[in-house]
Amino acid sequence: MADMTAISIPAEVPRQKAPKPIVPRPIVNVSERHEARVAWMLAAPAMILIVLFIVAPVIAVITLGFTDFELGYSTFKFVGFENYAELFGDRTFRQSLWNTAIYTAIVAPASILLGLGVALLIESETVGRSFFRTAYFLPVASLLVAMATVWQYLLHPTIGPVNSMLAMVGLPGPNWLGSAGTVLYSLSMIGVWQTVGFNMILFLAGLTAIPRDLYSAAEIDGAKSPIDRFFLVTLPMLGPTTVFVTTISIINAVKVFETVKTLTEGGPNKASEVLLFTIYQEGFVYLRVGYASAMTVVFLAVLVVMMFAQYRLVDRKVHY
Amino acid sequence: MSALSITNVTKSFGDNHILKGISLEAEAGEFIALVGPSGCGKSTLLRIVAGLEGADSGEIVAGGRDLTRLVAAERNVAMVFQSYALYPHLTAGQNIAVPLAMRNLTSLQRLPMIGSMLPGQKAIRKDILRQVTDMARSLKIDHLLDRKPGQMSGGQRQRVALARAMVRQPGLFLMDEPLSNLDANLRVHARGEIVDLHRRAGVPTLYVTHDQAEALSMADRVAVMMSGSLLQLAAPEVIYDDPAHIEVAKFVGQPRINTIASRVDADGAVTLGTWRLQPHERLVPGTDITVAIRSEFLSIADMGTPGLPAHIERLEFLGSEVIVYTKLDAIGESMVVKLAPSDARGLVAGKPVTIVPQGERLMVFGADGARLRADLTFTTLLERAHG
Repeated sequence: MADMTAISIPAEVPRQKAPKPIVPRPIVNVSERHEARVAWMLAAPAMILIVLFIVAPVIAVITLGFTDFELGYSTFKFVGFENYAELFGDRTFRQSLWNTAIYTAIVAPASILLGLGVALLIESETVGRSFFRTAYFLPVASLLVAMATVWQYLLHPTIGPVNSMLAMVGLPGPNWLGSAGTVLYSLSMIGVWQTVGFNMILFLAGLTAIPRDLYSAAEIDGAKSPIDRFFLVTLPMLGPTTVFVTTISIINAVKVFETVKTLTEGGPNKASEVLLFTIYQEGFVYLRVGYASAMTVVFLAVLVVMMFAQYRLVDRKVHY
Repeated sequence: MSALSITNVTKSFGDNHILKGISLEAEAGEFIALVGPSGCGKSTLLRIVAGLEGADSGEIVAGGRDLTRLVAAERNVAMVFQSYALYPHLTAGQNIAVPLAMRNLTSLQRLPMIGSMLPGQKAIRKDILRQVTDMARSLKIDHLLDRKPGQMSGGQRQRVALARAMVRQPGLFLMDEPLSNLDANLRVHARGEIVDLHRRAGVPTLYVTHDQAEALSMADRVAVMMSGSLLQLAAPEVIYDDPAHIEVAKFVGQPRINTIASRVDADGAVTLGTWRLQPHERLVPGTDITVAIRSEFLSIADMGTPGLPAHIERLEFLGSEVIVYTKLDAIGESMVVKLAPSDARGLVAGKPVTIVPQGERLMVFGADGARLRADLTFTTLLERAHG
């Protein structure tokens, strides 16, 4: 039809600009609006849950950190940065911050390297692969509070098998959990024991995702020894896995609580006082919720800063 | 002395015999295609030659060196993989440099940071960089050297893989279906490029493919493998025109060769539908045979002409040729005829016609699949069977 009208119009008329059609625009608008509404509706459940369970609690904690609220009292008042000022003068808090740092500095690298090592060993093993996998994963699946009693027995200074064995070769066994000099290292050992299996599973998953062809190519390209192939293929290909494992390991190490609570109660003499335990003490034993909230904010800030730093520094390098 | 000789190589996984004694020789600078259906053992043979897998028995000698006991890294072979197997965390340039770095730098010198401080490595690295750049330039990928494999197209990755294989100047070139991940247009183009590269490098090449057209068009000689055995190793024309085995005849050529199962009559003649064929050389009466003929050696004539009466089932127009699918009236066997479009004029599905074979193109295979040379003296259709 359009052709016919074009023919019937005098020659100069088609040169003029055709009037813009006015009908389609509102239709587009209506459908766009409809689409936007559907999008909001579909996103709503997730958004509500995120606000309810993540955003709101964080805001509550930050708010409480500026108050002197104590559990049991019906009123509280805002005290500004008083809690934070107190924190920096608090020797217990500084001690627990330092202890947590040491604990993390031992447990995270040790459990990552051991997890990778065990995963490589299991991957190259053909017999009993599933046995070793299960054995190493058992500490992850077991209840740490229950296993703590086992550790207490194992590390007992007089009746514990660890010290008995040391005595057999003539070495004096330390009071593992009872002396201020060793308690943090003993807890770190238990922490490594508990985390290695988890890291191993993650590394195993990463290893199976590496294409076999790459190893063939590496062999042909002259990577003679398994060590050459590890550095040429395995390690770089595990990059994303390693970033993830490192993140998780650091978070888990910073969050250490169960072993401290059940085995040492932060002692002796605050030698095993860690962040989460201090927060727990302030919030649930002394009921100083405002002060504990301020600590929690610091705790969260430390974690967030670390995660950001890690992603900015490492993430860009490992993804291809 | 041949550049590569593979002698009696066997390989089995449990009861599964993958290779049943393969022997083949390649001359200097020869391009040999290993072709066969999936599972015929061609890739396993290639991996054994590369040193990625061990053979159960047999030996491999290349350039006068016995490779059988050497690990892959010491064989000085290059391999191009179907997946290209480029290291995804390295740039194209770094990928190409890997074989040189592995050979010329010590493991200490390869260490990041520490390695770059060691004496003597600077000159080696410079030399490696020069070789990589030269190689990249000759393959026209020098603009891609800083890109990672993830940022390249399939064709570009394939070139980088070729460059990585060629840069070390290997004694032997192995390719495992290097074109099958490319799209159809690029594949035909890449065929020519690989042949060209092979000419320039002059290195004996084993090329594994399941695509018979690729094998025929690229190779100096084609090795056809079936279920772990080498059926025939010959020039492409011989493989096509003079196959030694019925499976070779069936595997090579598009459309597939026409076959009719038959039995040698008491008088030594062969009955084919309503036709009897008389071989000059005697066939043993009573043995089962298969008669085969390629579709282009059949023609279609009007009903009543001497030949095999048949009905047309359907026609495929392919531009330069027409494929006619027919069914023989007497024995119900399918026959595929390839015609020039001008000869196919007037043919329609359902039309009764006569198929006329070129007698000297008929081939006879025995019950075990081996070619019976009797067909060389086959005469054309002799007499019409009555009744």
